[in-house]
Amino acid sequence: MKAPDFSYEKPNSIPGILSLLEKDELECQLLAGGQSLMPMMNFRMATPKTIVDISGVSELSLITDTPKAIEIGAMVRYCELQDSDVIQKFCPLITMVIPHIAHPAIRNRGTIGGSIGLSDPAAELPAVLLALDGKVEVSSNKGIREEPANKFFKGIYETACSSNELITKIILPKALPKQKFGFYEISRRHGDYAMAGVCIAQDQDLTVRVAFFGVAEKALRIASIEKVLSGNSDFSQSIIENAQNAAEDIQFEGDMNAGPEVKKHLAKVVLERALEGIK
Amino acid sequence: MMKTAQITLTINGEKHIEDVPVRMNLADFIRTKIGLTGTHVGCEHGVCGACTLFLDGVTIRSCLTLAVQADGSEITTIEGYETDKNASDLIKNFHTRNALQCGYCTPGMLASSIEYIEQGNPADRELVKQHISGNYCRCTGYQAIVDAICTTIEERQN
Repeated sequence: MKAPDFSYEKPNSIPGILSLLEKDELECQLLAGGQSLMPMMNFRMATPKTIVDISGVSELSLITDTPKAIEIGAMVRYCELQDSDVIQKFCPLITMVIPHIAHPAIRNRGTIGGSIGLSDPAAELPAVLLALDGKVEVSSNKGIREEPANKFFKGIYETACSSNELITKIILPKALPKQKFGFYEISRRHGDYAMAGVCIAQDQDLTVRVAFFGVAEKALRIASIEKVLSGNSDFSQSIIENAQNAAEDIQFEGDMNAGPEVKKHLAKVVLERALEGIK
Repeated sequence: MMKTAQITLTINGEKHIEDVPVRMNLADFIRTKIGLTGTHVGCEHGVCGACTLFLDGVTIRSCLTLAVQADGSEITTIEGYETDKNASDLIKNFHTRNALQCGYCTPGMLASSIEYIEQGNPADRELVKQHISGNYCRCTGYQAIVDAICTTIEERQN
Protein backbone atom coordinates (compact mmCIF):
# COMPACT_ATOMS: atom_id res chain seq x y z
CA MET A 1 0.00 0.00 0.00
CA LYS A 2 0.96 3.66 -0.26
CA ALA A 3 1.24 6.25 2.49
CA PRO A 4 -1.92 8.31 3.09
CA ASP A 5 -2.02 12.00 2.23
CA PHE A 6 0.01 14.35 4.43
CA SER A 7 1.79 17.69 4.39
CA TYR A 8 5.56 17.87 4.41
CA GLU A 9 7.92 20.27 6.12
CA LYS A 10 11.71 20.23 6.21
CA PRO A 11 13.01 22.85 8.66
CA ASN A 12 16.71 23.70 8.53
CA SER A 13 17.15 24.38 12.26
CA ILE A 14 16.21 22.81 15.59
CA PRO A 15 14.07 25.85 16.60
CA GLY A 16 12.31 25.46 13.24
CA ILE A 17 11.42 21.85 14.10
CA LEU A 18 10.37 22.73 17.66
CA SER A 19 8.04 25.55 16.61
CA LEU A 20 6.21 23.16 14.25
CA LEU A 21 5.90 20.60 17.06
CA GLU A 22 4.24 23.27 19.24
CA LYS A 23 1.33 23.57 16.82
CA ASP A 24 -0.91 20.74 18.00
CA GLU A 25 -3.36 21.25 15.12
CA LEU A 26 -0.63 20.13 12.65
CA GLU A 27 -0.43 16.67 14.28
CA CYS A 28 3.26 16.48 13.44
CA GLN A 29 5.19 13.26 13.08
CA LEU A 30 8.98 13.47 12.96
CA LEU A 31 10.67 11.73 10.03
CA ALA A 32 14.32 10.74 10.56
CA GLY A 33 15.46 7.73 8.48
CA GLY A 34 11.91 6.56 7.86
CA GLN A 35 12.75 2.87 8.03
CA SER A 36 9.97 2.17 10.54
CA LEU A 37 7.71 5.17 9.93
CA MET A 38 7.36 4.60 6.17
CA PRO A 39 6.20 0.97 6.52
CA MET A 40 3.78 2.07 9.26
CA MET A 41 2.41 4.76 6.95
CA ASN A 42 2.24 2.38 3.99
CA PHE A 43 0.24 0.00 6.19
CA ARG A 44 -1.91 2.96 7.36
CA MET A 45 -1.00 2.17 10.96
CA ALA A 46 0.34 5.73 11.15
CA THR A 47 -1.68 8.52 9.51
CA PRO A 48 0.05 11.76 10.48
CA LYS A 49 -1.28 15.06 9.18
CA THR A 50 2.16 16.64 8.90
CA ILE A 51 5.53 15.00 8.34
CA VAL A 52 8.47 16.98 9.73
CA ASP A 53 11.66 15.80 8.01
CA ILE A 54 14.56 16.46 10.41
CA SER A 55 17.32 15.52 7.97
CA GLY A 56 17.86 19.16 7.01
CA VAL A 57 19.56 19.99 10.33
CA SER A 58 23.24 19.09 10.06
CA GLU A 59 23.99 19.35 13.80
CA LEU A 60 21.70 16.37 14.40
CA SER A 61 24.11 14.22 12.37
CA LEU A 62 27.21 14.77 14.53
CA ILE A 63 29.09 12.27 16.67
CA THR A 64 30.91 14.32 19.34
CA ASP A 65 33.71 13.07 21.58
CA THR A 66 33.50 15.14 24.79
CA PRO A 67 35.68 14.65 27.90
CA LYS A 68 32.87 12.87 29.73
CA ALA A 69 30.78 11.16 27.09
CA ILE A 70 30.09 10.35 23.46
CA GLU A 71 27.20 12.43 22.17
CA ILE A 72 25.42 11.04 19.13
CA GLY A 73 23.04 13.25 17.18
CA ALA A 74 19.56 11.82 16.64
CA MET A 75 19.99 11.74 12.83
CA VAL A 76 23.21 9.67 12.90
CA ARG A 77 22.53 6.68 10.70
CA TYR A 78 23.33 3.06 11.58
CA CYS A 79 25.92 2.88 8.78
CA GLU A 80 27.69 5.94 10.23
CA LEU A 81 27.78 4.33 13.68
CA GLN A 82 29.19 1.18 12.11
CA ASP A 83 31.97 3.05 10.30
CA SER A 84 32.88 5.42 13.16
CA ASP A 85 36.29 4.96 14.82
CA VAL A 86 35.09 7.01 17.83
CA ILE A 87 32.15 4.64 18.33
CA GLN A 88 34.35 1.57 17.91
CA LYS A 89 36.78 2.91 20.55
CA PHE A 90 34.36 4.32 23.11
CA CYS A 91 31.07 2.48 22.47
CA PRO A 92 32.17 -1.01 21.33
CA LEU A 93 28.79 -2.49 22.24
CA ILE A 94 27.21 -0.41 19.44
CA THR A 95 29.77 -1.72 16.97
CA MET A 96 28.93 -5.29 18.06
CA VAL A 97 25.20 -4.75 17.67
CA ILE A 98 24.83 -2.75 14.43
CA PRO A 99 25.46 -5.65 11.97
CA HIS A 100 22.42 -7.39 13.47
CA ILE A 101 20.07 -4.47 12.81
CA ALA A 102 18.12 -5.20 9.63
CA HIS A 103 20.02 -5.19 6.32
CA PRO A 104 22.63 -2.92 4.69
CA ALA A 105 20.09 -0.89 2.68
CA ILE A 106 18.06 -0.27 5.86
CA ARG A 107 21.18 0.57 7.90
CA ASN A 108 22.13 3.14 5.25
CA ARG A 109 19.00 5.11 6.18
CA GLY A 110 17.85 4.20 9.70
CA THR A 111 18.94 6.42 12.60
CA ILE A 112 19.77 6.03 16.28
CA GLY A 113 17.24 8.71 17.27
CA GLY A 114 14.54 6.96 15.28
CA SER A 115 15.19 3.64 17.00
CA ILE A 116 15.34 5.17 20.49
CA GLY A 117 12.29 7.36 19.87
CA LEU A 118 10.15 4.52 18.48
CA SER A 119 10.79 2.11 21.40
CA ASP A 120 10.04 -0.97 19.35
CA PRO A 121 10.21 -3.85 21.87
CA ALA A 122 12.36 -5.95 19.49
CA ALA A 123 14.83 -3.20 18.52
CA GLU A 124 18.45 -3.45 19.65
CA LEU A 125 19.44 0.15 20.38
CA PRO A 126 17.03 0.78 23.29
CA ALA A 127 18.65 -2.21 25.04
CA VAL A 128 22.12 -0.85 24.22
CA LEU A 129 21.17 2.50 25.77
CA LEU A 130 19.91 0.75 28.91
CA ALA A 131 22.96 -1.53 29.24
CA LEU A 132 25.30 1.45 28.86
CA ASP A 133 23.21 3.51 31.30
CA GLY A 134 23.11 6.39 28.83
CA LYS A 135 20.89 9.44 28.59
CA VAL A 136 18.59 10.95 26.01
CA GLU A 137 18.72 14.69 25.36
CA VAL A 138 15.22 15.91 24.65
CA SER A 139 14.52 19.43 23.36
CA SER A 140 11.36 21.50 23.21
CA ASN A 141 10.46 25.18 23.11
CA LYS A 142 10.62 25.09 26.92
CA GLY A 143 14.27 24.06 26.91
CA ILE A 144 16.54 21.03 26.95
CA ARG A 145 16.37 18.16 29.42
CA GLU A 146 18.24 14.90 29.84
CA GLU A 147 16.25 11.76 30.53
CA PRO A 148 18.14 8.76 31.94
CA ALA A 149 17.78 5.55 29.93
CA ASN A 150 16.05 3.64 32.73
CA LYS A 151 13.23 6.22 32.79
CA PHE A 152 12.94 6.75 29.04
CA PHE A 153 11.20 3.63 27.70
CA LYS A 154 7.60 3.36 28.88
CA GLY A 155 6.07 0.62 26.73
CA ILE A 156 5.44 -0.49 23.13
CA TYR A 157 6.11 2.62 20.98
CA GLU A 158 5.91 4.72 24.14
CA THR A 159 8.68 6.86 25.63
CA ALA A 160 9.18 9.80 27.99
CA CYS A 161 9.41 12.06 24.92
CA SER A 162 6.13 13.93 24.36
CA SER A 163 4.64 14.97 21.03
CA ASN A 164 6.10 18.50 21.17
CA GLU A 165 9.60 17.30 22.01
CA LEU A 166 12.49 16.27 19.79
CA ILE A 167 15.25 13.82 20.69
CA THR A 168 18.39 15.81 19.88
CA LYS A 169 21.19 13.59 21.25
CA ILE A 170 21.92 10.20 22.68
CA ILE A 171 24.58 10.57 25.39
CA LEU A 172 26.66 7.51 26.24
CA PRO A 173 29.42 7.20 28.85
CA LYS A 174 32.79 6.37 27.34
CA ALA A 175 33.86 2.75 27.65
CA LEU A 176 36.74 2.32 30.08
CA PRO A 177 39.66 -0.06 29.38
CA LYS A 178 38.54 -2.77 31.80
CA GLN A 179 34.85 -2.63 30.94
CA LYS A 180 33.46 -5.67 29.14
CA PHE A 181 30.44 -6.08 26.90
CA GLY A 182 28.30 -8.96 25.72
CA PHE A 183 25.56 -9.25 23.13
CA TYR A 184 23.52 -12.05 21.62
CA GLU A 185 20.27 -12.25 19.69
CA ILE A 186 18.23 -14.93 17.98
CA SER A 187 16.28 -14.12 14.83
CA ARG A 188 14.74 -16.29 12.12
CA ARG A 189 16.76 -14.70 9.31
CA HIS A 190 19.91 -12.60 9.70
CA GLY A 191 18.73 -9.01 10.10
CA ASP A 192 15.13 -9.84 10.99
CA TYR A 193 13.66 -8.50 14.20
CA ALA A 194 15.07 -10.44 17.13
CA MET A 195 12.85 -13.10 18.73
CA ALA A 196 14.97 -12.48 21.83
CA GLY A 197 18.18 -10.63 22.55
CA VAL A 198 20.29 -9.25 25.35
CA CYS A 199 22.99 -6.58 25.89
CA ILE A 200 25.36 -6.85 28.85
CA ALA A 201 27.84 -4.34 30.27
CA GLN A 202 30.30 -5.16 33.05
CA ASP A 203 31.94 -2.14 34.72
CA GLN A 204 35.44 -1.99 36.16
CA ASP A 205 34.03 -2.43 39.69
CA LEU A 206 32.22 -5.59 38.40
CA THR A 207 28.79 -3.97 38.42
CA VAL A 208 26.78 -5.66 35.66
CA ARG A 209 23.86 -4.26 33.71
CA VAL A 210 21.66 -6.62 31.67
CA ALA A 211 19.09 -5.32 29.17
CA PHE A 212 16.80 -7.61 27.18
CA PHE A 213 14.89 -6.83 24.01
CA GLY A 214 12.29 -8.76 22.02
CA VAL A 215 10.93 -10.58 25.07
CA ALA A 216 8.60 -8.07 26.72
CA GLU A 217 6.56 -4.94 25.98
CA LYS A 218 9.77 -2.86 25.86
CA ALA A 219 13.52 -3.16 26.24
CA LEU A 220 14.19 -3.62 29.94
CA ARG A 221 16.85 -4.21 32.57
CA ILE A 222 16.38 -7.09 34.99
CA ALA A 223 17.61 -6.22 38.49
CA SER A 224 17.51 -9.79 39.79
CA ILE A 225 19.85 -11.02 37.04
CA GLU A 226 22.16 -8.04 37.52
CA LYS A 227 22.36 -8.88 41.25
CA VAL A 228 23.38 -12.48 40.50
CA LEU A 229 26.08 -11.42 38.04
CA SER A 230 27.52 -8.32 39.73
CA GLY A 231 30.70 -8.79 41.74
CA ASN A 232 31.94 -11.72 39.63
CA SER A 233 34.94 -11.32 37.36
CA ASP A 234 34.19 -14.56 35.52
CA PHE A 235 30.89 -16.29 34.96
CA SER A 236 31.01 -19.96 35.92
CA GLN A 237 28.34 -22.41 34.80
CA SER A 238 26.62 -22.20 38.20
CA ILE A 239 26.49 -18.37 38.10
CA ILE A 240 25.06 -18.54 34.58
CA GLU A 241 22.42 -21.03 35.77
CA ASN A 242 21.50 -18.77 38.70
CA ALA A 243 21.19 -15.84 36.28
CA GLN A 244 19.00 -17.96 33.99
CA ASN A 245 16.75 -18.85 36.93
CA ALA A 246 16.51 -15.14 37.77
CA ALA A 247 15.27 -14.56 34.20
CA GLU A 248 11.99 -16.13 35.34
CA ASP A 249 11.24 -12.71 36.86
CA ILE A 250 10.73 -11.15 33.41
CA GLN A 251 7.12 -10.41 32.45
CA PHE A 252 7.39 -12.20 29.11
CA GLU A 253 5.14 -11.04 26.27
CA GLY A 254 4.57 -13.14 23.16
CA ASP A 255 4.44 -11.80 19.62
CA MET A 256 3.33 -13.19 16.24
CA ASN A 257 6.39 -15.49 16.12
CA ALA A 258 6.56 -16.88 19.63
CA GLY A 259 4.50 -17.12 22.81
CA PRO A 260 5.68 -16.18 26.31
CA GLU A 261 6.99 -19.70 27.08
CA VAL A 262 9.18 -19.70 23.96
CA LYS A 263 10.38 -16.19 24.83
CA LYS A 264 11.33 -17.39 28.31
CA HIS A 265 13.34 -20.26 26.85
CA LEU A 266 15.04 -17.98 24.30
CA ALA A 267 15.84 -15.35 26.95
CA LYS A 268 17.77 -17.97 28.90
CA VAL A 269 19.61 -19.09 25.78
CA VAL A 270 20.66 -15.59 24.71
CA LEU A 271 21.70 -14.75 28.27
CA GLU A 272 23.99 -17.78 28.44
CA ARG A 273 25.52 -17.15 25.01
CA ALA A 274 26.05 -13.44 25.68
CA LEU A 275 27.79 -14.21 28.98
CA GLU A 276 29.99 -16.81 27.29
CA GLY A 277 30.99 -14.30 24.64
CA ILE A 278 31.58 -11.34 26.96
CA LYS A 279 34.77 -9.40 26.23
CA MET B 1 1.55 23.40 4.14
CA MET B 2 3.31 21.50 1.38
CA LYS B 3 1.37 18.80 -0.46
CA THR B 4 3.51 18.91 -3.58
CA ALA B 5 7.13 19.86 -3.98
CA GLN B 6 9.52 20.57 -6.81
CA ILE B 7 12.55 18.32 -6.65
CA THR B 8 15.79 18.30 -8.59
CA LEU B 9 17.78 15.10 -8.80
CA THR B 10 20.11 13.17 -11.07
CA ILE B 11 19.12 9.70 -12.19
CA ASN B 12 21.72 7.62 -14.03
CA GLY B 13 23.60 10.81 -14.90
CA GLU B 14 20.57 12.66 -16.23
CA LYS B 15 19.20 15.71 -14.38
CA HIS B 16 15.47 15.85 -13.69
CA ILE B 17 13.32 18.67 -12.27
CA GLU B 18 9.84 17.44 -11.37
CA ASP B 19 6.83 18.38 -9.28
CA VAL B 20 5.84 15.50 -7.03
CA PRO B 21 3.09 14.84 -4.49
CA VAL B 22 4.98 14.65 -1.17
CA ARG B 23 3.38 11.31 -0.32
CA MET B 24 4.86 9.62 -3.43
CA ASN B 25 7.67 7.20 -2.68
CA LEU B 26 10.89 7.20 -4.67
CA ALA B 27 10.18 3.86 -6.36
CA ASP B 28 6.84 5.07 -7.75
CA PHE B 29 8.41 8.37 -8.77
CA ILE B 30 11.15 6.65 -10.77
CA ARG B 31 8.72 4.20 -12.37
CA THR B 32 5.79 6.48 -13.15
CA LYS B 33 7.20 10.01 -13.46
CA ILE B 34 10.57 9.16 -14.98
CA GLY B 35 9.45 6.01 -16.77
CA LEU B 36 12.34 3.82 -15.64
CA THR B 37 10.46 0.63 -14.80
CA GLY B 38 13.51 -1.51 -14.06
CA THR B 39 13.12 -0.71 -10.36
CA HIS B 40 10.60 -3.19 -9.00
CA VAL B 41 8.11 -2.73 -6.19
CA GLY B 42 7.41 -5.82 -4.12
CA CYS B 43 6.27 -5.60 -0.53
CA GLU B 44 6.22 -1.80 -0.07
CA HIS B 45 7.37 -2.12 3.52
CA GLY B 46 11.09 -2.68 3.23
CA VAL B 47 11.23 -6.45 3.67
CA CYS B 48 11.63 -7.93 0.17
CA GLY B 49 14.43 -5.73 -1.21
CA ALA B 50 13.15 -5.65 -4.82
CA CYS B 51 13.14 -1.82 -4.88
CA THR B 52 16.73 -1.45 -3.65
CA LEU B 53 18.77 1.11 -5.63
CA PHE B 54 21.63 3.56 -5.07
CA LEU B 55 21.09 7.00 -3.53
CA ASP B 56 24.27 9.08 -3.22
CA GLY B 57 26.39 5.96 -3.58
CA VAL B 58 24.72 3.71 -1.01
CA THR B 59 21.89 1.22 -1.33
CA ILE B 60 18.48 2.20 -0.02
CA ARG B 61 14.93 0.88 -0.16
CA SER B 62 13.16 3.17 -2.62
CA CYS B 63 9.76 2.12 -1.20
CA LEU B 64 10.78 3.48 2.23
CA THR B 65 12.07 6.80 0.92
CA LEU B 66 9.84 9.59 -0.28
CA ALA B 67 10.70 11.16 -3.62
CA VAL B 68 10.83 14.53 -1.85
CA GLN B 69 13.54 13.16 0.48
CA ALA B 70 15.68 12.44 -2.58
CA ASP B 71 15.74 16.12 -3.60
CA GLY B 72 19.31 17.07 -4.54
CA SER B 73 20.55 13.50 -4.63
CA GLU B 74 22.19 11.28 -7.22
CA ILE B 75 20.43 8.06 -7.99
CA THR B 76 21.57 4.99 -9.89
CA THR B 77 19.01 2.39 -10.92
CA ILE B 78 19.40 -0.94 -12.72
CA GLU B 79 19.23 0.96 -16.03
CA GLY B 80 22.57 2.53 -15.04
CA TYR B 81 24.43 -0.42 -13.54
CA GLU B 82 26.17 -1.45 -16.74
CA THR B 83 27.56 2.00 -17.52
CA ASP B 84 27.60 3.94 -14.22
CA LYS B 85 28.59 1.03 -11.97
CA ASN B 86 30.71 -0.97 -14.47
CA ALA B 87 28.73 -4.04 -13.49
CA SER B 88 28.49 -5.73 -16.89
CA ASP B 89 30.61 -8.65 -15.64
CA LEU B 90 28.27 -9.17 -12.67
CA ILE B 91 25.23 -8.99 -14.96
CA LYS B 92 26.87 -11.51 -17.32
CA ASN B 93 27.55 -13.83 -14.38
CA PHE B 94 23.93 -13.54 -13.25
CA HIS B 95 23.03 -14.88 -16.73
CA THR B 96 25.62 -17.63 -16.93
CA ARG B 97 25.06 -18.89 -13.36
CA ASN B 98 21.25 -18.81 -13.73
CA ALA B 99 21.02 -16.33 -10.85
CA LEU B 100 17.54 -15.31 -11.95
CA GLN B 101 14.42 -16.97 -13.24
CA CYS B 102 11.47 -14.59 -13.10
CA GLY B 103 13.79 -11.61 -12.59
CA TYR B 104 11.57 -9.76 -10.15
CA CYS B 105 14.21 -9.60 -7.40
CA THR B 106 17.09 -8.96 -9.82
CA PRO B 107 17.20 -5.11 -9.75
CA GLY B 108 17.47 -5.12 -5.96
CA MET B 109 19.68 -8.18 -5.88
CA LEU B 110 22.11 -6.50 -8.28
CA ALA B 111 22.15 -3.33 -6.14
CA SER B 112 23.07 -5.26 -3.00
CA SER B 113 25.62 -7.35 -4.95
CA ILE B 114 27.27 -4.26 -6.45
CA GLU B 115 27.52 -2.66 -2.99
CA TYR B 116 29.12 -5.81 -1.56
CA ILE B 117 31.68 -5.97 -4.37
CA GLU B 118 32.38 -2.20 -4.34
CA GLN B 119 33.18 -2.36 -0.63
CA GLY B 120 36.07 -4.70 -1.47
CA ASN B 121 34.57 -7.67 0.34
CA PRO B 122 35.91 -11.19 -0.28
CA ALA B 123 34.34 -14.05 -2.26
CA ASP B 124 33.19 -15.61 1.01
CA ARG B 125 29.83 -17.36 0.64
CA GLU B 126 28.77 -16.75 4.26
CA LEU B 127 29.51 -13.02 4.08
CA VAL B 128 27.74 -12.76 0.73
CA LYS B 129 24.69 -14.50 2.17
CA GLN B 130 24.62 -12.08 5.10
CA HIS B 131 24.91 -9.08 2.80
CA ILE B 132 22.07 -10.17 0.51
CA SER B 133 19.90 -11.40 3.40
CA GLY B 134 17.66 -8.38 2.90
CA ASN B 135 16.76 -9.41 -0.65
CA TYR B 136 14.14 -12.11 -1.21
CA CYS B 137 14.38 -14.40 -4.22
CA ARG B 138 11.60 -16.95 -4.53
CA CYS B 139 12.97 -18.73 -7.63
CA THR B 140 16.63 -19.59 -7.39
CA GLY B 141 17.27 -20.80 -3.85
CA TYR B 142 20.03 -18.16 -3.68
CA GLN B 143 22.96 -20.52 -4.38
CA ALA B 144 23.21 -19.38 -8.00
CA ILE B 145 23.15 -15.73 -6.91
CA VAL B 146 25.97 -16.33 -4.42
CA ASP B 147 27.82 -18.17 -7.24
CA ALA B 148 27.47 -15.16 -9.54
CA ILE B 149 28.72 -12.69 -6.91
CA CYS B 150 31.68 -14.84 -5.86
CA THR B 151 32.62 -15.58 -9.48
CA THR B 152 32.62 -11.85 -10.26
CA ILE B 153 34.89 -11.09 -7.30
CA GLU B 154 37.28 -13.92 -8.24
CA GLU B 155 37.38 -12.83 -11.90
CA ARG B 156 38.15 -9.24 -10.92
CA GLN B 157 40.97 -10.40 -8.66
CA ASN B 158 42.60 -12.43 -11.44
